[in-house]
Amino acid sequence: MKTPLSAWDKVQISRHVQRPRTLDYVRVLCEEYFEFHGDRRFADDAAIVAGVGRIDGQSVVIIGHQKGRDTRENMRRNFGMPKPEGYRKAMRLFHHAQKFALPVICLIDTPGADPSMESESRGQGNAIAENILVMAQLRTPIVSLVIGEGGSGGALAIGVTDRILMLEHSVYSVAAPEASAAILWRDSSKAPDAAKTMRITAQDLKDMAIVDTLIPEPEGGAHNDPDATIRRAGIAIMQSVNQLNALPTSILLDQRYQKYRVIGAIKTMPTNQSSMGEPLSFL
Amino acid sequence: MKELFRRAPKAFTPGEQTRDQDTPDNMWVKCPSCGDLTYYKQLRDNLKVCKCGHHMRLSAVEWQGLFDSESFTEEDGDIAPLDPLNFVSPKDNYAQKLRDSQLHTGLYDAMISGNASIMGQGLQVTITEFEFIGGSMGSVFGEKIARAAERAYERRVPLLTINASGGARMHEGVLALMQLPKVNLTLARLGTIGMPHISLMTDPCYGGVLASYASVADIIIAEPGARIGFAGRRVIEQTIRQKLPANFQSAEFMMEHGMIDMVVPRTDLRSTLGRLLKLYTMRDADASPLPADV
Repeated sequence: MKTPLSAWDKVQISRHVQRPRTLDYVRVLCEEYFEFHGDRRFADDAAIVAGVGRIDGQSVVIIGHQKGRDTRENMRRNFGMPKPEGYRKAMRLFHHAQKFALPVICLIDTPGADPSMESESRGQGNAIAENILVMAQLRTPIVSLVIGEGGSGGALAIGVTDRILMLEHSVYSVAAPEASAAILWRDSSKAPDAAKTMRITAQDLKDMAIVDTLIPEPEGGAHNDPDATIRRAGIAIMQSVNQLNALPTSILLDQRYQKYRVIGAIKTMPTNQSSMGEPLSFL
Repeated sequence: MKELFRRAPKAFTPGEQTRDQDTPDNMWVKCPSCGDLTYYKQLRDNLKVCKCGHHMRLSAVEWQGLFDSESFTEEDGDIAPLDPLNFVSPKDNYAQKLRDSQLHTGLYDAMISGNASIMGQGLQVTITEFEFIGGSMGSVFGEKIARAAERAYERRVPLLTINASGGARMHEGVLALMQLPKVNLTLARLGTIGMPHISLMTDPCYGGVLASYASVADIIIAEPGARIGFAGRRVIEQTIRQKLPANFQSAEFMMEHGMIDMVVPRTDLRSTLGRLLKLYTMRDADASPLPADV
C-alpha cells in the first residue's frame, strides 16, 4: 500500500540530486551527439546545453537546462538558472534546426531564469520573450519533456512546443514554490503550502489539459532507475517527433497556434464600465 | 446559526458605481517623488506629470484620453475571470480578491481593450489597469491581448499595448504562465502582415509582460522613470546580497542597455505616436512586407 505523494514530496523528487539531467538523457538516447557552445554574442552559458545528435537514426537538435550534482558543478551551471546568453544560445539552435529541417527536443529542468543584475542588464525578459516568439513560428516539429522542475518563464523560454511531456514526478509552475510563497504571503518558508495550492504537479497539468503525456517513473522517482526512465521517455519523445514529422508545415503551425490559443479560464458576462476616473485630455 | 451573522459577500453588478473616484479639483495632491503639493485640476491638466517630472500612474480610463476624442470603442469587455485553481489559503482567497478588485475598479479584470484612432489612424489598443491586482497577467488579460492582436490582423491595423503590470497572476498558476506563449503566437501572426506592435511601458513593467509581448514589440516606448525588469528589485538584492544602484531598471537604464527604443514624456506621447504610426500606415499601398521568417 503506497501513500500518495504530496505536491511538496514531488517537488523534492523533481530536485533530487541523483535525478537524471539533460546530459544523462543525451548519453542514454543519442547514437551521436555534439554539444555546441555559445550565443555568438556574449558568452557560453553552462546552465543550458545545446547541440545536435542522432536518436533512432533521426538527426535532432537537443536543448536542455543542466543542473549540477555537486557544489562546484552547480556554481558553474548556476543551479540550472540560465542567463540571457543561455537563452540566446538556444535561440541560435532553433534557427539552426529550421535551417537544416531538424526536429527540436527540449528538456526542461530549471528553478527559473537567473535573477541577477547582469542578467537584467543584458535583457533577461527580452531573451525569454524572443525565444517564445521564435518557437511560435518554428517551421520544424518541437517537443518538450519536463524532466525535473519547470520554473516559470525560465522553463517556458525553451518550452513552447507542439507536444509537452512530463515525467510523473516533475513539476511546472508560474513561479518556484519558494518564490510563490514569497510573492503571495511574503514568507518563502510556506513553499509546501504554495506547492499544494498552486497545482504544479504533472497530474495537475494533465488535468488542466496543458500537458499531453505523462511518463511513468519507477517507485520513489526516476533516480531509482535512471536508464529505464530515460529509455521510456525517449520512446515517447520519438513517437511525438515522428507523428509531427508527418504533418505539413502549415498544419504543424496551425496546431501549435491552437494548442496555446485555447489555454485560459474565462467566462462571459454583460459588459460593464470602469469606475476608475475620467479620460485625461492629451489633445 | 453562525451563518446568520456572517456578512454575505457583495455580488458584483456590472455598471454599478460603488466608489466615488472623483477627487475634487481644489484638492491638493502630493507628489510621491518630490513631495510638492499641486492642485488636482492642475495636475490633471498636465496629464498627471508633476512639475518635477515625475509621471504618476494613470488608470486605464484616464489613458483613453490619448486617442482622438470619442474614437475609443471598447471590445471584449464581456470577458470575466474564473478561479481555476479554487485558490484558497489562510491569507488569501482569489475569488474574494477578484470580487474586491471588481468592486474597486468596476472592471472584471486588469485590462481594457478595443479600437481607437490617433490623429485619424485606426488601431487596436490594450490598456492595463494596475489597480486590479497590480495589473497582473491572468487568463482574461491574455485573452484580451490575443483577441486584440487577432482583430489587428483581420483589420490590418497596428496594435498599441499600454502596459503597467507586476507580472503573471499567481492565483491562476500555470494557466497564467501559458498566457505568455498564447499572446506571442498571436503577435507573431500580426507580424506576418507587416502591421507594427507598439509597446508603451509605463511604471511598472515586470515579469510576465516583459518576458512575453511587451519587450518584443516592433517599437518600444517607455515613460520617463518607469521601472522595467524581469525579476523584481527585492529578489535581485536578496540574490546578490548587495544594494542596487538607484537608477537600476529605470526606463533610462533600460534604454542605455539597449532594451527600449525611446523614452518619451507623457506630454509628447500623442504626437509621437501619431507621427510614428504615419510612417507605417502611409506606405506605398502596393508594397507588401517581406515573407515571414523566424
